[in-house]
Amino acid sequence: MSAAAPAAASSSAARPARRRRRGLPRAVYGVAGLVGFLVVVQLVPTLGIVSERYLPPTTKILDALGQEVASSAFWTAVADTMQAWAIGLAIAFSAGLVLGVIIGSVPFLRAATSSTIEFLRPIPSVALIPLAVLVFGTGLQSTLLLVVYASFWQVLVQVLHGVLDVDPVASETAHSFRFGRWARVRHVVWPTALPYVMTGLRLAAAVALILAVTAELVIGAPGLGHEIALAQQGGATADLYALVVATGLIGVAINVVVRAVERRALHWHPSVRAEAVT
Amino acid sequence: MRRGALTLVRVLALPALLVGLWALATADSHSYYISTPKQVVSAFADTWIGPRLVDDVLPSLGRLAVGYLVAALLGIALGVVIGRHARVRATLEPVLEFFRATPPPVLVPLLILLSGVGNTMKVLVIVSGCVWPVLLNTVEGVRGIDQELIDTCRSYRIDGVARLRHLTLRAASPQIVTGLRQALSIGIILMVISEMFASSSGLGFTIVQFQRTFAIPEMWSGIVLLGLLGFGLAMAFRAWEHHVLSWYFGVRGERAGA
Repeated sequence: MSAAAPAAASSSAARPARRRRRGLPRAVYGVAGLVGFLVVVQLVPTLGIVSERYLPPTTKILDALGQEVASSAFWTAVADTMQAWAIGLAIAFSAGLVLGVIIGSVPFLRAATSSTIEFLRPIPSVALIPLAVLVFGTGLQSTLLLVVYASFWQVLVQVLHGVLDVDPVASETAHSFRFGRWARVRHVVWPTALPYVMTGLRLAAAVALILAVTAELVIGAPGLGHEIALAQQGGATADLYALVVATGLIGVAINVVVRAVERRALHWHPSVRAEAVT
Repeated sequence: MRRGALTLVRVLALPALLVGLWALATADSHSYYISTPKQVVSAFADTWIGPRLVDDVLPSLGRLAVGYLVAALLGIALGVVIGRHARVRATLEPVLEFFRATPPPVLVPLLILLSGVGNTMKVLVIVSGCVWPVLLNTVEGVRGIDQELIDTCRSYRIDGVARLRHLTLRAASPQIVTGLRQALSIGIILMVISEMFASSSGLGFTIVQFQRTFAIPEMWSGIVLLGLLGFGLAMAFRAWEHHVLSWYFGVRGERAGA
């Protein structure tokens, strides 16, 4: 760093060299950070800085996690959570996509709905918890109501942005080639909107997990959130931490999968192509 | 004048239509769960305008404000440090990714364990959920600062507070604001959840209480209130954003126009 090349030449010439130098150590740093974090969590309760009753050391959490992973109840809970997540996301995504394309391509609809969308979108979906309990009880449907409401807006808003972003030249070209309505959506609107659709999917996937777990935690629908609430009420601290870690790992897994889907769907797009080159 | 009236019609037509449909649908049905608009409006006035405003709504908002501000300061401060040092960033990245991916509501039981049931817990819940989007966006923003700007600063020997103020925070501010916007909606969710999960007062608690005692119009009025709060805060944030980032929108607008 200190031996910085003259400013003018540095930005393009020095960068590949710098990256090569960091290539391997980067992963090493990451592993070191992770191990360091685990060691701190191990030491804080062992040294008595925080009582073990409130923060069990890493070994105990991992032990509890190992036991959870071996039990069938844990996998049932994971399946429940993932089911609510997947169904909710699928409904929200398809509804958001279809409505987004329709509303986005008709100026009248866009003008007429914008105030309503702007009002409904920021409503926190947890406001619907009492309603969900009242109407659907503590089953899957309650969870779905919250998940769908929260993730639908993420998709819809992104799709609307995407459809609006269509290049006027491309649009007029399609017009002069007498593209039909369907062909226009397929060949002009869809490729423009796809990056936005993928952003919407990524945001919605994360929000859907948050709301699925929240519904289970607060309403008591079956799933990981419910298990967490039970562990907390039963004072099973290590299990509580283990379940939270498991939820976090599911969140990481969802992020990784959605990123992969995004990269695959957008492999032709400049933003992804640029990533591949470097 | 006519255009203004047209805009007004466009803005209000669909909401009016929807409320009209709601009124029509509930006019002669005696559905237990769905109240008429009139009932909800009168329940709203009776329930929320009065002592509840001071006892439940304002404390909730106060906790949200404190938690959100602490998370913002913490996230920006840590984000600037992590974003500027490549090694620190490489070291912390996996841990931060994990925390970002963890749904914040699952931290509620953990924090109850660590800090009991009280104001501290509720504020901590909000901080622990809001800090990640701010932190990670700040890191991205600081990391993405134009190398030429950095070099210019160095050759003019701008450092310390001046560098932080005029280069780092300024250049990263569009990203920081994005993080703050994401954090705001998470903060509202956590404010409600922390009160629903373990509390005896506050907005979230009161609304669940109405549902448990089958006070249906009151419950609906609570949902409407939460909606209005979410909407109001989002509007306020947008106004603030336009004020703070006016220079940025200006630059982008010029580029788009050219």
